[in-house]
Amino acid sequence: MAKITIRGNMATALGAKLCRPDVVPAYPITPSTLFPEKISEYIADGEMDAEMIRVESEHSAMSACIGASACGARVCTASASQGIALMSEMMFIAAGMRLPIVMAVGNRALSAPINIWCDHQDTISQRDTGWLQFYAEKNQEGLDLMIIAFKVCEDKRVLLPATVGIDAFVLTHTIEAVDVPDQKLVDEFLPKYKPELYLDPSKPMTFGSFGTPEFYQEFKYAQTKAIEKASEVIDEVFAEFKEKFGREYKKITPYKCEDADVIILTMGSMSGTARAAVNKMREEGKKVGCCKLTVYRPFPGKEIVDLTKNARVIAVLDRDISPGFGGALYGEVAAQFINESKHPLITNYIIGLGGRDVLIEDFEEIYDKSIDAVKKGRVEKPVEWIHLNKEVL
Amino acid sequence: MKLTIPEEELMYEGTVDCQGCGAGLAMRYALKALGKKTFVVIPACCWSIIAGPFPYSALQVPLYHTAFETAAVVSAGIKAALDMKGIDATVMAWAGDGGTFDIGIQALSAVAERNDDIIYVCYDNEAYMNTGIQRSSATPYKAWTTTTPRKYPKARPKKNIDEILVAHDIPYVATASVAYPEDFIRKMKKAKDIKGTRFIHVLAPCPTGWRSLPEHTIKLARLAVQTNIFPLYEVENGKYKINIKPKNPKPVEEYLKLQGRFRHLTGEDIKEIQEATNKKWKKLLRKEEFF
Repeated sequence: MAKITIRGNMATALGAKLCRPDVVPAYPITPSTLFPEKISEYIADGEMDAEMIRVESEHSAMSACIGASACGARVCTASASQGIALMSEMMFIAAGMRLPIVMAVGNRALSAPINIWCDHQDTISQRDTGWLQFYAEKNQEGLDLMIIAFKVCEDKRVLLPATVGIDAFVLTHTIEAVDVPDQKLVDEFLPKYKPELYLDPSKPMTFGSFGTPEFYQEFKYAQTKAIEKASEVIDEVFAEFKEKFGREYKKITPYKCEDADVIILTMGSMSGTARAAVNKMREEGKKVGCCKLTVYRPFPGKEIVDLTKNARVIAVLDRDISPGFGGALYGEVAAQFINESKHPLITNYIIGLGGRDVLIEDFEEIYDKSIDAVKKGRVEKPVEWIHLNKEVL
Repeated sequence: MKLTIPEEELMYEGTVDCQGCGAGLAMRYALKALGKKTFVVIPACCWSIIAGPFPYSALQVPLYHTAFETAAVVSAGIKAALDMKGIDATVMAWAGDGGTFDIGIQALSAVAERNDDIIYVCYDNEAYMNTGIQRSSATPYKAWTTTTPRKYPKARPKKNIDEILVAHDIPYVATASVAYPEDFIRKMKKAKDIKGTRFIHVLAPCPTGWRSLPEHTIKLARLAVQTNIFPLYEVENGKYKINIKPKNPKPVEEYLKLQGRFRHLTGEDIKEIQEATNKKWKKLLRKEEFF
């Protein structure tokens, strides 16, 4: 392995290259643009043997991915924000057609107002498309998760697409040290993609014909079973990855949670800040821990319940908002406890939208608010916005 | 006269297209021309239905159904994968006028600009027939549809999709008709042997939407050519060739009067359509002369 210092986009592009994709259709969008630029360079320099299709939109990028993947090619692309929203229609189709496409995402806010900075609204809003969703905390994870995602997605028990999210700018444009795995090891870990069913003139088949009410529900059931199965496959692939490359991944990674009264749930780059805040608060004698989600779909509900059921309060941080409800992660965490006889209080904090910095003080405020709920024995305001600038409201 | 149409059938019998459907016939001819090593990509259109519901298929070649606006680019994706696998085969996008003139034009334009190696066939029945006869930008001037009622028939002429494709500098653009199967098959075969983006625009009358008799499908397709409403021509590397030049073009009225969608036309309307047809034809003759 070679250690180099690279930006997050370069890490996902390098991760993609190591997976030897056959076809890469892509369309530039901030903050993911470096990805198609790097892939173009790799191909031009003869470092990569792939066909790149420079499409005219993200909708077409995903459409070309679908066509190529249906032929049995290994396919990846990259996008973000408005691009993800535009290709949403095709994301449903990619999952419904059971195509293991992997997409690197620079997680970015959605318009309006226009904003190019970090939040998770773009992929969170696609949670029902049937894609697996991974979120990286740092550039190393971005690279590794690309390789892991292909391995999980192409597993016969899964056959579904996945997004690998790295936070806009905080990761996409930030230089970090990254261990680059040896190509030989990646080749051993991820052999050539050999699907059982693909478009082939010697065995002519029709794909994607309309499913009448007699069949449609069964298609969706089978697809749902596959993403549920992915939960197990992810664990297997994480274990295999650790053995091969030495780095450990878990669907959820707790930090100082054993005796914690307050457990803070995070996704993406703010997870590192959360650990720093926990260290600071622990020194002050506060019983607080944190936990990052690396996998959002399939939802690691059981793991979250097992980890948090003895805490007094779970503080769920959402870098997204479902207007009229609250954070997406909050709703899903809360739903996991509905049939448990006792459960912690659950609070929700909307934080860091559109690239607002997430600070150690924010975590302290979150802890104070959460402990206050414990003292009162109830949550007065379940969804709170952190770090609002009241002067401009 | 000896028939030159290949006998091999790559489309099954018993498809669910309407009686007298030009689109069904067009696919049958197209596959006869292209043969077994053909991938077909179908976006939302009448053919999404004609090809049959799961688990049936009307075709004996690999067929991929996709979203409305994506026939061209899904085909390009398939072709890229085939190139990487070293497989030599024809990829044919097969879309209606809605999927070509309207919602699919962005992806089609991009495929043509990149000169991706696919054949794109638009079977044109001049409205959104699959959703029940709504106007598209391929609907002719003054035609009735369910969204252009007789009181307010379509106010604008049909979009000239062929010239839009010619403007992309692709190697081959051709118009075709189900009434001239040998010409259509010849063009499909020619397209098969050309590399790059090839665009074939085949007029496919729709008795349901045109409010015409099923037995008039071929007659109408032929009249469209004989009146110069839908001239048969091809543009190869920018060079125009008109395939059929009627010595005495028939009046457009003969074509219009067989279709209920034009029932409300006044004498004045027909005169206007005749003049516009003459003008367009003259323009085409000049193009052939100069290019």
